[in-house]
Amino acid sequence: MRRFWIIVGRDINLGLRQGSPGSHAVVFYVLVILLFPLAIGPETELLERIAGGVIWVAALLSTILSLDRMFQSDFEDGSLDLLALSGDSLAAVVSAKCFAHWCSTGVPLIIASPILGLLLSLNIDGYFTLLLAMALGTPTLSLIGAVGAALTVGIRRGGIILPLLVLPLYVPVLVFGVGAVEHGVRGLDPGPHLMVLGALLLVALVTAPIGAGAAVRANLQ
Amino acid sequence: MIMRSPKTLHRFANPARFMRLSSRALPWCLVMSFAFLLAGLYLGLFVAPPDYQQGESARIMFVHVPAAWLALLIYGVMAVASATALVWRHPLADLIAKSCAPIGAAFTIVALVTGSLWGKPMWGTWWVWDARLTSVLILLFLYLGYMALWQALENRETASKAAAILAIIGVINLPIIKFSVDWWNTLHQPSSVVKLSGSTIHSSMLWPLLIMAAGFLMFFFVVLILKVQREIIASKVRANQYLSSTHSHESSPPADRDE
Repeated sequence: MRRFWIIVGRDINLGLRQGSPGSHAVVFYVLVILLFPLAIGPETELLERIAGGVIWVAALLSTILSLDRMFQSDFEDGSLDLLALSGDSLAAVVSAKCFAHWCSTGVPLIIASPILGLLLSLNIDGYFTLLLAMALGTPTLSLIGAVGAALTVGIRRGGIILPLLVLPLYVPVLVFGVGAVEHGVRGLDPGPHLMVLGALLLVALVTAPIGAGAAVRANLQ
Repeated sequence: MIMRSPKTLHRFANPARFMRLSSRALPWCLVMSFAFLLAGLYLGLFVAPPDYQQGESARIMFVHVPAAWLALLIYGVMAVASATALVWRHPLADLIAKSCAPIGAAFTIVALVTGSLWGKPMWGTWWVWDARLTSVLILLFLYLGYMALWQALENRETASKAAAILAIIGVINLPIIKFSVDWWNTLHQPSSVVKLSGSTIHSSMLWPLLIMAAGFLMFFFVVLILKVQREIIASKVRANQYLSSTHSHESSPPADRDE
């Protein structure tokens, strides 16, 4: 368990010192959302109606943008080999890396989302649900993304192929995340949607590290 | 982790034996495929009565439904083959999984296109974002992602393992597609062929449907056999090239990928 936190701390530190991909992801997130009022016009009612969906799509895209660094630099400088040889299960290593990725990317996205909701004139009733849904959904995005990142770590230009693999798998999170926000905005009970998001998180928590660990192992040979 | 593989699995792991057996099976599959397809089309287009609600246009069902079945079935075959390749290092399962993907993608496209053509007169629109249609579209992207991963990874061994993991993860989409019409209230009609309470489709329509499905299945076998045979030959060519290159000038191992 101590090793888990060492890897988490190392990854977060590395991220911070390399100019933090997390902060880039947040800037990208804001920029994508900024495009929507420019593209479809600034009518408040229209923006209000699409706010939940736009925020989620932007969160998905910015998560994907930050994924390729998850294993790539460790793969290139050989530390991934050392981690694989360390005797710890790769699934545990991957979980630690996912947690670090979520701390450096997911958490900033969650913090930024109410402000963006404000910009898109999201109904005030939806804020709490949006935060909850993001808190339940973004770790799942990191976990599923880890599988994609691990599968493509050996590809020199994996940046194009990674979204191709990961986006179809992100669809359930998107559907139920947006569903929760929509329900919250309309004053309905978002509970069922949030519970499905929680269930997705639990399933991903158990299965994704195993899959990603196996994928890392396959790429190291 | 050592798992003992069943004996029968290894009997078919020999590529030479596969080449022999499959070459013998190929003409039979081909003949049956054409026979079933012709019979199914005749029964479906001329014998089966027009649907009492949808009229003649319901006949597109005889292509649409079997194609959709095959699209799901082939993904299942691909996933099982992938798991077999991953766990038991079965050399043929690997090739079967790889060969399944383009065929499955093609059947998925056929199902989507015929569904779209059917949807225009029935629903008044080419496409709706309902759960069944969307999940089948995702199936297509899973196939495409699988194929892209095979292409992108240069090392054959790595590509095989990575693609297998992806195929296994994608299996979660299959129950979603199957039950999407029951879980969500959608425009796509619910299943009428396979039901616990018995099929709700009349036998005059059910038989052509099943015969067409058998024809599609045989056609799948034909293409699968041809593709796997091609993969086996390609790997032999690769091995020969490698041998000849190491013999002629001892250096520069060839890139380990096909094509």
